[in-house]
Amino acid sequence: MASLFQEYDPGDFYDEMFSGRGQVRPHYAKLLRRAEALSVEDFDRKRQIAERSYLNQGITFTVYNDQQEGTERIFPFDLVPRIIPADEWRQIEGGLKQRLNALNAFLHDIYHEQRIVKEGVIPQEIIRSAKHFRPEFMGFDVPKNIYIHVCGTDLIRDRKGRYLVLEDNARCPSGVSYVLESRMTMKRVFPQLFARYGVRPVDRYAQDLVDVLHYVAPASAAGDPTTVLLTPGIHNAAYFEHSFLARSMGIEIVTGADLLVQNDRVFMKTTKGLKPVHVIYRRIDDDFLDPSVFRPDSLLGVPGLVEAYRKGNVSLANSIGTGVADDKVVYYYVPAMIKFYLGEEPVLPNVETFLSAVDSDRKYILNNLAKLVVKSANESGGYGMLIGPQATTGEIARFRQMIEADPRNFVAQPVISLSRSPAWCGGSMQGRHIDLRPFILCGEEVRIIPGGLTRVAMREGSLVVNSSQGGGSKDTWVLDGETESC
Amino acid sequence: MLSRVGDSTYWMGRYIERAENNARLLDVNVQMLLDFESRGVETERQFWGPILSTLEDTELFNRLHEEFTAAAVLDYVTFERRNPNSISSCINYARENARAVRDQISSEMWEQINALWLFFRDGSAARDFRANSHEFYDKVTYASQLIQGVTDATMTHSEAWRFVQAGKFIERADSTTRILDLKYHILLPSGEQVGGNVDISQWMSVLRSCSGMEAYLKIRQGNVTPWGVAEFLVCHAEFPRSIRFCVDRLDEVFHLISATEEGRFRNEPERLSGLLRSQLDYATPDSIFSHGLHEYLDGVQEQLIRLDLAFHETYCAY
Repeated sequence: MASLFQEYDPGDFYDEMFSGRGQVRPHYAKLLRRAEALSVEDFDRKRQIAERSYLNQGITFTVYNDQQEGTERIFPFDLVPRIIPADEWRQIEGGLKQRLNALNAFLHDIYHEQRIVKEGVIPQEIIRSAKHFRPEFMGFDVPKNIYIHVCGTDLIRDRKGRYLVLEDNARCPSGVSYVLESRMTMKRVFPQLFARYGVRPVDRYAQDLVDVLHYVAPASAAGDPTTVLLTPGIHNAAYFEHSFLARSMGIEIVTGADLLVQNDRVFMKTTKGLKPVHVIYRRIDDDFLDPSVFRPDSLLGVPGLVEAYRKGNVSLANSIGTGVADDKVVYYYVPAMIKFYLGEEPVLPNVETFLSAVDSDRKYILNNLAKLVVKSANESGGYGMLIGPQATTGEIARFRQMIEADPRNFVAQPVISLSRSPAWCGGSMQGRHIDLRPFILCGEEVRIIPGGLTRVAMREGSLVVNSSQGGGSKDTWVLDGETESC
Repeated sequence: MLSRVGDSTYWMGRYIERAENNARLLDVNVQMLLDFESRGVETERQFWGPILSTLEDTELFNRLHEEFTAAAVLDYVTFERRNPNSISSCINYARENARAVRDQISSEMWEQINALWLFFRDGSAARDFRANSHEFYDKVTYASQLIQGVTDATMTHSEAWRFVQAGKFIERADSTTRILDLKYHILLPSGEQVGGNVDISQWMSVLRSCSGMEAYLKIRQGNVTPWGVAEFLVCHAEFPRSIRFCVDRLDEVFHLISATEEGRFRNEPERLSGLLRSQLDYATPDSIFSHGLHEYLDGVQEQLIRLDLAFHETYCAY
C-alpha cells in the first residue's frame, strides 16, 4: 500500500509539516500516523465526498472576466489541514490585537487632530492622496470610537518560518465563511481525528460578530437593535458568504433596494410596512453606499444613508473611511504607528517594503523590477500586481511606465519565498505555497477566530493564493495546547 | 419579512411548480401520441401546436424555429434557455430566487433545488431525456415534489413559507386550466367522435398528467366522460390538483398572511381570491359548459393574473 507522504519532498522551503525529507514536525505527527493508515484510494474518496458536498451546497464564488456562461465556481478545498501549535498562535494573536488597536487609533487620529502627521511620522501628502481617505468625515465621532470592526490581516511565513504581515484588509474582508464551512467538511470527512487532536473550535464567530454589531448600535435602538447585512446582491463574488453569515447570525440580508431613508432614519421594506434598521453590517464599499454622497451611478446603495449615519441613527460596520488604513503605502507606516500610539515594538513585522514615492526607493525599484513584487496601493484580489521573476519583459515595461506616471500609487517588496504545505495535486502530495488570513473582530474587546483562512496556491510554484487567481483553501487548526502533542 | 424576500419566495414556489407542470404537460402529450400511427408533418403540427398555444408560446417558437417538429417543440419547452418558461429556465429562476433568500429557506431545500439545477447544468438532464423521455419527465416531476415535500417538512411555516405556498397554488391552478385546455386545442382525427375511443383515451391522458387517474376512477367507478373529467379537475374540493382545491388553499394562505378571518377581506388579493373561490364552490358542470369549457378556463386564467398583480402590489411593490 502506497503511503500518502512517502514520496513527499519538502524542497528548499519552509515546509509547515516537515522539517526535512521524512522528518515530520511534532504537531503534525499524529496526522501523519493517521495518514499512513489511509490508502491513496481512501484519501481520494474522502476528497470526492468533500468536493461533492461543496458543489451540492452551492458553496461557490463568482469569477469576473469569465467568458463562459456559468461564472460560479467552487473554491478548491485541500484536505491536508494547516496546523498551528498553541504557543505560535499566542504570539500571532498578540501581534494582531496590537496591530488592530494601532490601526483604530490611527483612524481616529487621522479623522481628528492628525497628530501622527503633525509630529512628522507620516507625511501629510500620503494621507491627503490616499484613495480611500474621506475628508468629509473629519471631526466625525464613530460609535464607541471603533472604526474597523472586522479586519482580515494577511500573514505569510518566510524561508525561516517567521510570520510577517503582508497586508491588512480593513474594508470588507471576505473568506470567513470558508473557514466555517471547511471546518464542517473536515469534521464530516475525518471525524475521529478532531477529538484526539485538541483543535480549537471556530464556530463562535457568528455570535461574536453579532455581539460586535449590537455593541455599536445607536442608543435609539433601546437595547434591541435591528441588524442587517447589506449585500450588493446575488451576482457579487462573495454572495455565498453574505448569505451564509446572515443565516448564521439570524439577521436579515438586504440589498440597497430593500432599504430607504426617511427623516434621516433607515427603514427596510417589509410585507407589513416599513421597519426601522439600527445597525448595518455592510459588504459594500464606501463608494457605493449612498449615491447622493459618493458615486451617483451606484445602484447598490441607499440615498440618504450617509446622512442617517452622520446623525447617529444608524451604525455601519466597518465605519466609512477605513480604507485609508489598508492603503499599501500606509501599510508601510504601521510599525511606526504601533510605536507612536501604543509605545510598543511590533510583535509581527511587516514585509520589507519600498515606496516608489520616495526618490531613493523608486530608483531601487526601477532598477530591480525583475526581482521585486510590485503592488498598486489600492487593488485587491491579486489584481494590479507584478511578480518580477515570473513576469514577461512586456509586463515589466508596463509597470515601469505606470510607476513613473504615478509613483504615489505603488509599493514594491522583495519576493518572499512563502512557506509551503503538502497539498493533494493530481494524485500525489506536493508542496504548495500558502498564506493565512485571520479574522479579527473589534467590539467591546478584540476577538480573533482561532486560525483563519489558509489559502493555498494550487498551481506549482505559484505565489498567488487569491481565489480569483486559482487559489484554494485548507482548514486551519489551532491546537489548544492541552492535548499531548504526540 | 422583507418585501423582496416575499417576492422571491413566491416566485421560487411558482417556478418549481411550473417546471413540474411543464414536465407533466409534455409527458401527457407524448403519451397521447402513442395512440396514433401516422406521423406526417401535419400530424406533428396538429399534436404539438396546441402545447404551444396553451402555453402562449407560439410566437417565440416561430421566431426560433423554421420547421415545426415534435423534437423542436419538446426541446423548446424543456431545454430552450431563450424560452423564459422552459423547464430549464424555470429551474434556473427558481434557483436564482432561492439563492436570493438562501438565509430564509432550509439547507435541505436549497440542496434539493441546487441538485436539480446541477442535473440540468452538467448535461445529465439532456442525456436522460435522450435515453427515455417519459422517465426523464417523471424525474423532473419527482424532483419538484421532493422540493415541495422538503419545504413542508423543514421550513418554518411562517410568513415566508406562506408566500411559497401562495406561489405554488396559484401556479398549479393556472397549470390545471392549461392542461385541461390542451384537450380543447387538440382536434380529434377525422372520423373520430366526441366520446369515442380516441377522445376518451385523450381525456384519460389528461387525468394521468394531473396524477388524477386513480382518484377519478374511484369517484366515478371507472366511467371516463369528458364532462366528468372536466368537472373533476375544475370543481373537486379535495383533489390536490383541481382548480378549486388550489384556489381554496390560496385563499386560506392569503388570509393567514394578513391574519384576516376567512370569508372576509381586508385587501384586494383577499377580495379577488374570495370571489374566485366562491365562484368555484358554486360551479356546476352545466354552468361551466354553458360558457364553453375553453372560455370558462380563459376566464379563470384572467382572474389568476389579476390575483397575482394585486398580491404583488399589496406586499411587494407598495
